Amino acid sequence: MDGKEYYNIKLIVNGKEVKGSVAAETSLLDFLRSKNYIEVKKGCDKGDCGACTVLIDGKATVSCLTSAIQAQGRKIQTLKSLGSWDKLDPLQEAFVKHEALQCGFCTPGMLMTAKALLDENPHPTRDDIKEAISGNLCRCTGYKKIVDAIEAVSKGEN
Amino acid sequence: MAKEMTYIGKRTPGLDERDKVLGNVIYADDFTLPDMLYARVFRATKPSALIKKLNVEKARNLPGVACVLTADDVPNNESISNVVGQTTEVGLLEAKHQVLVKNRVRYYGEAVALVAADTIDAANRALELIEVEYEEIPGVFDPIAAMKPDAPKLHGNNNIIAQWKLRKGNIEKAFAESDVVVENTYRTPRQEHAHLEPESGVAWVDDMGVINIRSATQVIEHYRDVAAVLGIPQSMVRIEGTIMGGAFGGKEDVTVEVFLGLLAWKTRKPVKLTFSREEMGFGRQKRHPYILKYKTGATKDGKLTAMEAEIISDAGAYVYLSPWVLLYSTVHSTGPYFIPNVKVDSFSVLTNNIMTSAFRGFGAMQVAFAYESQMDELAEKLNMDPFELRKKNFLKKGSETANYQKITSDVLLKESVEKALGALGEKSTSSGSKKIGRGFACSWQSYGRMTYLHDTSSAWVGLELDGSAVVRSGIPDLGGGQRESLRAIAAQILGLKIEEVHVISTDSQVTPLAGTVTATRALFMSGNAVKLASENVLNIITRTASKMLKVSAEDLYLRDKLVYTSGGESIPLVKVIKECAAEGSMPQSLATYKAPFTDPIKTDVIKDPVFADFTFGAQAAEVEVDTETGIVTILKYASAQDIGQAINVNRAEGQIEGGAAQGIGFGLMEDYLEEKGVPLTWNLATYLIPTSKDLPDIQSIILESKSGKGPFGAKGVGEPSITAAAPALVSAIYDAVGVRIKHIPATPERIYWSLHNSDT
Ligand code: FES
Ligand code: FES
Repeated sequence: MDGKEYYNIKLIVNGKEVKGSVAAETSLLDFLRSKNYIEVKKGCDKGDCGACTVLIDGKATVSCLTSAIQAQGRKIQTLKSLGSWDKLDPLQEAFVKHEALQCGFCTPGMLMTAKALLDENPHPTRDDIKEAISGNLCRCTGYKKIVDAIEAVSKGEN
Repeated sequence: MAKEMTYIGKRTPGLDERDKVLGNVIYADDFTLPDMLYARVFRATKPSALIKKLNVEKARNLPGVACVLTADDVPNNESISNVVGQTTEVGLLEAKHQVLVKNRVRYYGEAVALVAADTIDAANRALELIEVEYEEIPGVFDPIAAMKPDAPKLHGNNNIIAQWKLRKGNIEKAFAESDVVVENTYRTPRQEHAHLEPESGVAWVDDMGVINIRSATQVIEHYRDVAAVLGIPQSMVRIEGTIMGGAFGGKEDVTVEVFLGLLAWKTRKPVKLTFSREEMGFGRQKRHPYILKYKTGATKDGKLTAMEAEIISDAGAYVYLSPWVLLYSTVHSTGPYFIPNVKVDSFSVLTNNIMTSAFRGFGAMQVAFAYESQMDELAEKLNMDPFELRKKNFLKKGSETANYQKITSDVLLKESVEKALGALGEKSTSSGSKKIGRGFACSWQSYGRMTYLHDTSSAWVGLELDGSAVVRSGIPDLGGGQRESLRAIAAQILGLKIEEVHVISTDSQVTPLAGTVTATRALFMSGNAVKLASENVLNIITRTASKMLKVSAEDLYLRDKLVYTSGGESIPLVKVIKECAAEGSMPQSLATYKAPFTDPIKTDVIKDPVFADFTFGAQAAEVEVDTETGIVTILKYASAQDIGQAINVNRAEGQIEGGAAQGIGFGLMEDYLEEKGVPLTWNLATYLIPTSKDLPDIQSIILESKSGKGPFGAKGVGEPSITAAAPALVSAIYDAVGVRIKHIPATPERIYWSLHNSDT
């Protein structure tokens, strides 16, 4: 219709196979949102805010700068892979307990970055935490309560 | 009411937070409807030009495009609204707007055409096919130049669109009699809201012919603007607000609503419009940049004698809320101090720069940088401790402000400064080029709208047959937990568990209108309305129960779905509700809270009360300044605010921390730059906001005087939390390296050049 070439792709998202047809430039973010993974947020579409962070093979990655095609065959995790209504992940639990969110728009990306951090470094210092989340902008909180929440989980204080 | 505080002043998490951490919240852009169109806005790329030719035919003919609208397609493209409270002697009195550019472009990014198509790709391609020819015309980009009689005019024949004055005592005499006088000019930046969630919404026309708009807005009352543009009855437009991903004033003026209304009306299909981050940069209002000339005098023992100020705000190309923002600046310009002689002249001036309007702090913030810097300079000249100087001049309960308004609540400024400074602990030590300094600043900030606007807020509360409660309030939730506070208030009064109260909010045709979530008014106004309605319901219950129990109604209270007598006897609430229903006195109430009302301001000299009350607070910082690079690192930071009564401690702290963070951005790094009206910093790679590495652990300190006009004696905290940050930082920088930055943000360049070049 528009002269563009479309490719059929198959991704593994939260353990499930997701198929679709995308153009070469379609970002993983747009692809995921088009498949109703609305927990992946678009704050800038340029890699500057971190709201779209997902895990790709366990590594926190901004999905707006990743092409959907590139993500084929890799393990993609969105926020929905963490906890469920009945059983929150300890990080999710801590974010609620420490009020590490206000509007909640940065939260999905923030939690994925925190998850990747604690998977790699279970006992980070406060500075390590600040370093890890420095690509995830939050305009509401001032970050202190976010760092408190991540730190509490790392210390098993939840 | 339950006898003891069950939810007020506690840390109970909001029920919606679970959904937020699970990613379940359906924000504006997350919502879709079958067969939905995607819209984009075509925007001007000149700051001052006439449109010679606009050709949208190619775009209209592109497959997949449902419609392309230009000014000619908009029923009422031009609107004029009176700016309430401005005088007839001041230039333009009317705020003029155009929905889409008809002939003349007045700022870079102004909307020219709207496109709706089957896919976002098709909408984007259609934008590329729109052809426009401009003829550039002289623009004006500096507010001082724009005030000159021969400057190019934006609208009508005067670029000054608002002017306010304070007049008290005799400043000439007072300055002549002062022992010290300091005079300075300060400048503040154009700050971008940078809420993480872009402006967004979906509109559709329902089977009753009503235009439904589901959007992220602080003001659901914008349904009236949509109706006015379309020329249809207001009852035919409904706005359903969403949980916002932050707003801070950025979703206070109309965002996508009018565009969506037009597109849904024309296409009769669902339409989604979400702004891109770039568009949020050059297409949306910012905080007004200010130029503030201040002259302040004092006696040698530190009593303020006089203050004179000239305040100029850059309103950008359209009026929006500039006159009101300027009114806030004018009233707050003295700071929280008693000054017997005051003369202030303030002006808001149109330019071809990006529009400016509401932003957390709303004009009271820019002046805080000036009045607090002046206090520091006076203290230095007087060789007096800056806190001592302030203590001698703080407003008190009962003092009269320069607009002849009596302070009716407690003023805990002394306590705030002590707590904020105390929280900094031991002072760090300088080493080498890294110098340590400390500073603090005080602020006052009104909460609630201007009293001459006769603000009201309505809410409905009712009990279900099982004793659970429903609250209906139009107030939107911009992320601060506005809904959750209402839930806590109703639960408290009705003795219910928090999960037994449901709050339906922010729907212009379903919830009683509660007004805007702006002006630090949501808790104050809607909190009072929900409290009133809940108390009315309680009265209905206790009246009926008193007949059933044969005791006086005053002796009864509610807890855990039981109605108790003071003697400890009880009957189940559900029984009483049944009895109420049998009597036909339903346990439900629609209540309207009225803010204090005053008469409209009649002249441009403000000499009557304008605000219901004020929140007072202080912020303190310890910084390290590297004299070799000018880089400032904040080592410690504390903010103490008397918020009257915390409704929820976690959320109140969240406001205090988040406000300080934005204030720190304003003071140290944020500035939306334009070069002759052409924006330079329209994305988050060039417009930098604080990251986790830029901020220290902000300590929030809550003081509770219980003297506010909100529910349970609460004052507002949303805006007050931002106000004093910049002057506190500038003061700390001065303490560290001995240069006072008068043009914020205090960037490394500005600090470096102030240190290394005596001319600046
Ligand atoms: S949306 Fe991907 S980083 Fe902002
Ligand atoms: S909670 Fe709103 S952006 Fe982080």
